[in-house]
Amino acid sequence: MPVTAQMGLEPVGYLKAQTRWGAAETLFWLATPLPFYFLPAYLQLASQIAITALFALSLDLIVGYAGIVSLGHAAFFGTGAYAAGLFSKFVWGEPLTGLIVGAMVSSLVGYATSFIIARFRHLALIMLTLGFGLLLGAAANSASWLTGGSDGLQGVNIWPLLGRFNWDVYGYTAYGYSLVVLFVLFLFARRLIHSPFGLALRGIRENFLRMPAIGAPSRAHIRTAYTISAAMAGVAGALIAQTTQTVALDSLGFERSAEILIMVVLGGAGRLYGGLIGALVFMIARDQFSGIEPEHWYFWIGVLLVAVVVFLPNGILGGLSRFVAHWRAK
Amino acid sequence: MLPPVFGVLFDGIAYGMLLFLMSVGLSVTLGLMNFVNLAHCAFAMVGGYVAVLLIRNFGWPFFGTLPMAFLVAAVVSILFERVLYRPLYRRSDLDQVLLTIGITFVSVAAAAYFFGTQQQPIELPNYMRGSYHVMGLDIGVYRLFLIAVSAVITILLIGTIELTRFGAQVRAAVDNQRMASGLGINVERTFAITFALGSGLAGLGGALAIEIVGLDPNFAFTYLIYVLIVVAVGGLGSIAGSLAAAVLIGVSDIAGKYYVPQLGAFLIYLVMLAVLMWRPTGLAGRR
Repeated sequence: MPVTAQMGLEPVGYLKAQTRWGAAETLFWLATPLPFYFLPAYLQLASQIAITALFALSLDLIVGYAGIVSLGHAAFFGTGAYAAGLFSKFVWGEPLTGLIVGAMVSSLVGYATSFIIARFRHLALIMLTLGFGLLLGAAANSASWLTGGSDGLQGVNIWPLLGRFNWDVYGYTAYGYSLVVLFVLFLFARRLIHSPFGLALRGIRENFLRMPAIGAPSRAHIRTAYTISAAMAGVAGALIAQTTQTVALDSLGFERSAEILIMVVLGGAGRLYGGLIGALVFMIARDQFSGIEPEHWYFWIGVLLVAVVVFLPNGILGGLSRFVAHWRAK
Repeated sequence: MLPPVFGVLFDGIAYGMLLFLMSVGLSVTLGLMNFVNLAHCAFAMVGGYVAVLLIRNFGWPFFGTLPMAFLVAAVVSILFERVLYRPLYRRSDLDQVLLTIGITFVSVAAAAYFFGTQQQPIELPNYMRGSYHVMGLDIGVYRLFLIAVSAVITILLIGTIELTRFGAQVRAAVDNQRMASGLGINVERTFAITFALGSGLAGLGGALAIEIVGLDPNFAFTYLIYVLIVVAVGGLGSIAGSLAAAVLIGVSDIAGKYYVPQLGAFLIYLVMLAVLMWRPTGLAGRR
């Protein structure tokens, strides 16, 4: 096939060709600082989008690459948010340490649960992720002396970023901070999925039982991927706690888990940029339609989901790449 | 005189029966086609709203609405099965999850649009209200009726599955779909009929549930979680497993709310995780 003919048959050449930066990618990242100059009124929204994109990216690692459908990924987002929020409230308000604490607590929880996750496939897996998310949500609600319950966590106190940048109401610091963290972790994710480990994950997604036969331990790889994904979701949660200076109970909720899955699929699962594009489109749409009744919003979300599954099985990016391929073939 | 634990047990069993009616269809269809149908409770909600509509606007008696709730939910589900579900049988879990979550979102929005977001109470006939006092316990008449209905349906279901030709085809298809179609069983048709029956039972459950848990547009999501827990705990494709799981979850939920209210819904998630850790495929699951 042309792919192997172009890239050379040896795996190193193939992986190298995959990691090359394309023009579209470079343009995408060059465009990300534009809101500072052209849309200063929307910087808070832009910051939310960057954080959601990071969360979507973390979910894409396990849904799109490892083939683990999770309906409870908000568990890690919320864990990271509460960890960072509580850390700043009781211990130390420096934001970067808070990020690390959020990532560490989430990855610990992720590592502990990954032993269960790696044993299951299909419905039992979906149920376990769902049940685990609900369990954490119920726990956070019960422990209202610590988390503030449904009123949200109050008293989050974040010091200025790097000791210099104050948290302004317009969101200059918030967006800059979220964007840099997103970019750094994106580079990490990009490197990860274009490594032999990333290839092994895709192999596990396609056939869980055959991968051990060629020397890739499926369960160990799934545990690693799940832990990394939990850590990234924890960072996203810590970011939201720090930039909004509060943690709401719904950051752990089922709606959050469902929405983030919708964003990943809307953009295109297993495409690295799928979660980013999905978060961008979804968050902007929600901002634009925020005036309408919530039930109308959910009606259109439902219609959109059905339409994406029926007409755009690989999301926006999958549809685009098919369109481009079709156009080039002419 | 019996201690109050029996009262909790009785309420729990009645609640479990409700969960059983709403979840048995999903369990069997999941076992048959491995299709992750998260819209199952939307069909239950259809049954609930059919009952409300018929009682309120057309003055039907409560009992008359129950067969209609079954029928309408079954017919609606078969339409969805034909148009949307069928092309997705060979697709991934993820696509199935998303499609059916999408349908659930639409159903919640549609219910809120047509009926409003408030609870929909219904008027039960007089002889269904009140309770008997037996040995110091309050036995609600309606809950007793619920247990009786579910017992009859369970016997009918088990009879159908174990004794009829159609039941034998369903069992064969659950055990080994390819072998069954190799023997000339029309698995797709078997599936469609089972799907309609299961959704119809969910609709009946939805109508019966109004008196116990109420009905509002979020029903499709709130009870989806309970139904999924019952299915996962019971094991796919097993009626007896679903029954056992439904009673287990129903009793744990009521007992949890009665004895340790501060834990909230915590207990049933713990029960689910514990059962799944012990038996990954559920109480009666084989795969």
